Amino acid sequence: MLEDKDRIFTNLYGMHDRSLAGARARGHWDGTADLLARGRDWIVSEIKASGLRGRGGAGFPTGLKWSFMPKESDGRPSYLVVNADESEPGTCKDREIMRHDPHTLVEGCLVASFAMGAHAAYIYIRGEYIREREALQTAIDEAYEAGLIGPNACGSGWDFDLYLHHGAGAYICGEETALLESLEGKKGMPRMKPPFPAGAGLWGCPTTVNNVESIAVAPTILRRGAAWFAGFGRPNNTGTKIFAISGHVERPCVVEEAMSIPFRELVETHCGGIRGGWKNLKAVIPGGSSVPCLRAEAMEDAIMDFDWLREQKSGLGTAAVIVMDQSTDIIKAIWRLSKFYKHESCGQCTPCREGTGWMMRVMERLVTGQARVEEIDMLLDVTKQVEGHTICALGDAAAWPIQGLIRNFRDEIEDRIRGRLVRPAAAVPVAAE
Amino acid sequence: MLDDPAAARLAEILAAHEGLEGPLLPILHAVQAEWGHIPDWTVPAIARALNLGRAEVHGVVSFYHDFRDAPAGRHVVRLCAAEACQAQGGRALAAALCDRLGLGMGETAADGSVTLEPVYCLGLCAAGPAALVDGQPLARATPDAILETVRC
Repeated sequence: MLEDKDRIFTNLYGMHDRSLAGARARGHWDGTADLLARGRDWIVSEIKASGLRGRGGAGFPTGLKWSFMPKESDGRPSYLVVNADESEPGTCKDREIMRHDPHTLVEGCLVASFAMGAHAAYIYIRGEYIREREALQTAIDEAYEAGLIGPNACGSGWDFDLYLHHGAGAYICGEETALLESLEGKKGMPRMKPPFPAGAGLWGCPTTVNNVESIAVAPTILRRGAAWFAGFGRPNNTGTKIFAISGHVERPCVVEEAMSIPFRELVETHCGGIRGGWKNLKAVIPGGSSVPCLRAEAMEDAIMDFDWLREQKSGLGTAAVIVMDQSTDIIKAIWRLSKFYKHESCGQCTPCREGTGWMMRVMERLVTGQARVEEIDMLLDVTKQVEGHTICALGDAAAWPIQGLIRNFRDEIEDRIRGRLVRPAAAVPVAAE
Repeated sequence: MLDDPAAARLAEILAAHEGLEGPLLPILHAVQAEWGHIPDWTVPAIARALNLGRAEVHGVVSFYHDFRDAPAGRHVVRLCAAEACQAQGGRALAAALCDRLGLGMGETAADGSVTLEPVYCLGLCAAGPAALVDGQPLARATPDAILETVRC
């Protein structure tokens, strides 16, 4: 179990003062000017050495991403954009940071922007987050007032402005290029890549888009050293990570833990175990709604990190662990996700626009069992035709949960179609039902 | 429709966002805050001010769930319909409210007093079921608590 002294987010539960004074008392904003004085290259190399991988789901090495930004400006400004459009079902980690420890993010924005030569950063927060927006705006105002950001931020000589931008209720805006489109005031439809945002992003200028957590951990990594951060977890899967466990555990929670923690330890230590014991576990979606689910047997010895879950044909995603016990109608749970993706498809690419609706309708019939067994393979075939044939990853995200369902629970779907299985009469509504 | 005070107010909003980069969404948020929706007559004026086509502005308005093209009720009640709130009785709350207001989800009362609509996750999962009443989050919402806010 991660010790308290090694936790980056010391106010994740809002038990302490979240104001600037409170944040300072907990060690944030400590010697920020000295960190900046050590130079851009040092910051980037330190983040690289820490092994930090993007916390938004894809797990791309953050330091490497930062190093793609131009060293010398060609006349265009550089921007940092922080993706706080946390809308995926099951994922609820960034909001705890923004609500209770917002100064970690504000400080992170300054450090990361400096490392990328950006004088301005935008935080794109989803419109439904009211309290989070207030807390974050207060933190930004406090930081401006204290001279920590703004002209000559922290007395480092670096001018830095931070803007908070509100979304307007579209999940797709969490995709990085859609987010940029939305910031520019357009419809949130993803752009083709290349050009990548590091070449031409916001208003055609070099831009890096990072997740809230990736940015918020950066200052602490720099203060405590890359080796400290790299000391947690397995090689290539280092650091601490915020896990959000929901569903059929005794005590669902959001907790910062060491990467590569065994699933069993995570659930036993922090969540009081599976509801009804481990024998009652049916399936787990280990990384938010976009990754395939895994069967209980696979999760018994699971290691919660990017590479191990990737080997199991799932993924760590945002580390939003959705636990489902035997009372869950797994087919209905996945149908619910299909419905979500159908609703949120932006309609730009045909395979996704048509495919998500198509997949949802077939799923609907699988839930009631009013389908033919051959249709399972047909559905699988359709998911393969959506996957990888769209501009952004929403098509993939819609396809993977269904692929996971068919891979792991084909027997249950077939049983239902053949009418052998009586559906659980009144399943308790749960996460992702 | 284009009465002068309203047009003047729109001009003020547009002027306040002059020079801002990517101004369309902030302008639309401000327009909606002023009139409760995006009135049709504002679209050409916004388009002209930003050197955009009317279709482009309309596209943006219709793309985002938060913008409405028709007036809402005097009170807007948004009920969280996401998973965590459902597990805490969100469906029963929605059904009770629909029943007592005589409305379906997404409808506005005939007298224009209240609009009821779903929203997906207000970030208050720990204190569900959650609602947003006229922009104010309400945790552990009950029909009585919501109706009290709406009726006063």
